Amino acid sequence: MAITTRGFGGRRAPAEKPLPPGQFLTEDFPVLSAGPTPNVDEAHWQFSVHTESGEVRRWDWAALMAMPVEDVTTDIHCVTRWSRFDTQWRGVSVDAFFEDVESEAEFVMVHSYGGYTTNLPLEDLLDGKAWITFEHGGEPLAPLHGGPVRLIVPHLYFWKSAKWVRGFVMQEHEEPGFWEQNGYHLYGDPWLEQRYA
Amino acid sequence: MTWLVAEVTEIVEVTASARAITLRVPGFRGALAGQHVDLRLTADDGYQAVRSYSLADTALDDVVELAVDRVDDGEVSPYLVDVLEVGDQMEVRGPLGGFFVWRPENVEPVQLIAGGSGIVPLAAMVRARRRAASTAPFRLTYSVRSVADAFFAEELSASAGVDTTWVYTREPPPGHARPAGRLAPADLASTFGPSQDPAVFVCGPTGFVEAAAALLLDAGHDAARIRTERFGGA
Repeated sequence: MAITTRGFGGRRAPAEKPLPPGQFLTEDFPVLSAGPTPNVDEAHWQFSVHTESGEVRRWDWAALMAMPVEDVTTDIHCVTRWSRFDTQWRGVSVDAFFEDVESEAEFVMVHSYGGYTTNLPLEDLLDGKAWITFEHGGEPLAPLHGGPVRLIVPHLYFWKSAKWVRGFVMQEHEEPGFWEQNGYHLYGDPWLEQRYA
Repeated sequence: MTWLVAEVTEIVEVTASARAITLRVPGFRGALAGQHVDLRLTADDGYQAVRSYSLADTALDDVVELAVDRVDDGEVSPYLVDVLEVGDQMEVRGPLGGFFVWRPENVEPVQLIAGGSGIVPLAAMVRARRRAASTAPFRLTYSVRSVADAFFAEELSASAGVDTTWVYTREPPPGHARPAGRLAPADLASTFGPSQDPAVFVCGPTGFVEAAAALLLDAGHDAARIRTERFGGA
């Protein structure tokens, strides 16, 4: 049964395009992190992909810079209900990291400096749907927002876009990551409003 | 998790810009200190807005207590602080968040560090500790602009077993030894040090939490022991 809240009118800004259900538009860039911001400098940053066979592929900052760079403009949606339109990122498509990786595993656990993890089906990281980014809004990515290097997976709630990313571990079965163990949905599609487990 | 109808049963002024709001929510099954809920407000024409608010107390299973500070350009908080009255209805879903929580069975030392309205989930922890007659050692460092900006000042200062230290960033009360200023390394003197391995909870505006967490790391605290909740942009 629908109830109304007396005297509440809302301050609905006319949205230029639809928002996922239950989201509101914001201009600033809220910060949500479960712990302190890790200090990771470019000189020590490393990224690795670990397959189920034990094979490991590694990249450092110079290797990242040598990869094909893409500029991405995309909307982002946080499970805490803010969305931003047309955010600008520069980075490398996740596809490029999988070019020489042999794996049959269908799931990925993303690991970050600081201990954060988040789980995704591999197919949600491939075919131009996810990037390893190092610039936001034309500036080097600030540590607060995940710098020096952050994963972005814009079609899912933004907790999947792990800050301070340092590696992917291929998994044959889906296991829950950090927030997925702490109440959030295993997949997190904002258009289906998959917020909570 | 379903939306539950909630009715406002009490409103108490906390500061010039903040109110404690008590809702009776039949069907709500209690929460842990530190958790939050979603509030859904529906306008006459069906337009809805949803926001998350931390619980200020978790005493009763079917009662939700919030403390809301007005964000002037916000959509929901000005309504909650300036317009909402006892008897008004909205919807509640929760509790939410399984990480930034304190459980009464925990006996380890707890260090709370709050900036401004970031005290709300930490006040819930202080209250849960008192209700459970817990003997876990608690210390609280609470940073506010001035005495008038503090939430629950008397209650926090009078909480037995909770050692509260005040940091005034703009206007200390007469006789307060510490000069006005933001949280600084010297302020950690009154907190549990790394050797005591406290569980640390930091909550406040993004800039405050970043600064406080950096001070704790510099002092040697283990990052894995520091839980943070931030609000606002950067």
